Amino acid sequence: MPVLNIKKFSFTYPGVDHPSLKNINLPIKKNKITALIGPSGCGKSTLLRSMNRIHDLYPGNKYEGKIEFTDENKQISDILDIKKENEFIELRQKIGMIFQKPTPFPMSIFDNVAYGLKIAGVKNKTELADRVEVALKGSALWKEVHDRLNKSAMGLSGGQQQRLCIARAVAVKPEVLLFDEPTSALDPISTGAIEELIVELKKDVSIAIVTHNMQQASRISDYTAFMYLGDLVEYDKTENIFLNPKEKKTEDYITGRFG
Amino acid sequence: MEKIFQKLSLSSASLVFVLLIGIFITLYTAAKPAIDEFGFDFVTNPDWNKEVSLNPTSLTDTVVDMEEDSLDGEIIDEDDMEIADEDDDAILDEDEDDMMLDDEDDAVTKTIYGGLVPIIGTLLTTLIALAFALPIAMGIAVFLAEIAPKNIANVVGIAIELLAAIPSIIFGMWGLYYFAPIISDLFGGYQVSLLTAGLVLGVMVLPFMAAITRDSMNTTPNVLKESAYALGATKFEVIKDIIFPFSKVGIIGSIILALGRALGETMAVAFLIGSIFVLPQKITDPTISIPVAMANNFGEASGLGESALFYLALILFIISFAIISIAKFYFLKKAN
Repeated sequence: MPVLNIKKFSFTYPGVDHPSLKNINLPIKKNKITALIGPSGCGKSTLLRSMNRIHDLYPGNKYEGKIEFTDENKQISDILDIKKENEFIELRQKIGMIFQKPTPFPMSIFDNVAYGLKIAGVKNKTELADRVEVALKGSALWKEVHDRLNKSAMGLSGGQQQRLCIARAVAVKPEVLLFDEPTSALDPISTGAIEELIVELKKDVSIAIVTHNMQQASRISDYTAFMYLGDLVEYDKTENIFLNPKEKKTEDYITGRFG
Repeated sequence: MEKIFQKLSLSSASLVFVLLIGIFITLYTAAKPAIDEFGFDFVTNPDWNKEVSLNPTSLTDTVVDMEEDSLDGEIIDEDDMEIADEDDDAILDEDEDDMMLDDEDDAVTKTIYGGLVPIIGTLLTTLIALAFALPIAMGIAVFLAEIAPKNIANVVGIAIELLAAIPSIIFGMWGLYYFAPIISDLFGGYQVSLLTAGLVLGVMVLPFMAAITRDSMNTTPNVLKESAYALGATKFEVIKDIIFPFSKVGIIGSIILALGRALGETMAVAFLIGSIFVLPQKITDPTISIPVAMANNFGEASGLGESALFYLALILFIISFAIISIAKFYFLKKAN
């Protein structure tokens, strides 16, 4: 049962003739990790950023096709139909995103994690404190920061900042989390911690992750999609993609012949 | 080569301190006679260029000699008339515009100078200017950095930079002929006043504040804004919670620059403030600021008067220095 079902999806950036994504069909399955791999410029980040319509912060993009989102009440809606600001806000509360670089806000650790809750209208102080604690524990950060919640989040290390961003996204209880190369700015140990965390998270959320690192994809994902020059070349269970890919291109990429 | 380059850049950097200390010493030595004579009372004394009788039998002070009161001479004349009426001992020779003191043969007098009026005038005009300019500048900056489409933002941005390039005397003339009548219609009182000077000063510092604030808002990384939007934040929330805190340092910097300009602005204020040494009772009263007092009186000043002007200059130097240091150390520390 896919939580997101991308159907015949094409995407064109403003001022460009050719679409950056062509006729993509891809399911993001519930409580599974789907990895998007492929060489730079293949459109995997573009696809990920379409799933919460973050592209729409900049005007002039063209979408075609459908991205069907099945929410927890089994209601199906097309993400690409959204036009009003409050619908965008609702969508982004359900589909969270973690970026390439850690993006702590210029405020305290507590306020960072509570931010999504506050703008969603949670005012009760004890509820805020509880949910911040749960989110930080769920992101394996509580032990390290519980005695300095009121200190600036800028003082954390890069890996801690990225886990803070995950805690911030998890705090609003999304149904899908989109990870856009979340470990590309981190050292191997922090990367390991984040990977563990992502695997841990799939109990509660469905995950799509863009990664440059094929080992990472094979370590953590259940399904893998290989993209090349705006096309989805192959999508299958991760072990099939890595052990016996059907397409020649996939095999070449996996074995390091290009990319 | 390496050595020469290092030495050159070191000496350029130390030049700043040499200049700063040199200017301070020059001002201090020139102001020394006035400092010795008036001490700290200078700061609290509202009388400028006033003849005080040293004769113990004489009951009161006598006459104020105002030099630059052509614009609003009537007020001073009133004040002086009262003094003159009360004072029977003094013999006064009155003209329409000018008042001269004819001393009695044995009367010993001295002239005293106090800086309170220009100090208050400077601080109040600056305060009015900032209170007026700050919210508008923030509005412009937010519009340019976040709300306006690119092409409109570019056009408005260029207009703002042009506004910053207008020489201050043009602001002064425009203010006097067009702005001042409007202000006096709206708020009553005199056309040349604290309020008029402060508002025109506000218009002058506005483009600096807006441009610098916009630039520092533009340095907010896109990914930071995106991650707030990705949590479901609205545009207003992103501006309030992400962009403003992130560009705080730049905003404070713009306020400091605007303060420096407003405190020292001479020409436009000279047109608009009224240039009289009288403490303002209302915001629409005319008064004088430190730079205007110096520009207007330096030519004729000599002796103690000249030294008193240097004392004023020293005070202006210290005020600017103090305000900017406080802003730098207090706010920037807080921001980090």
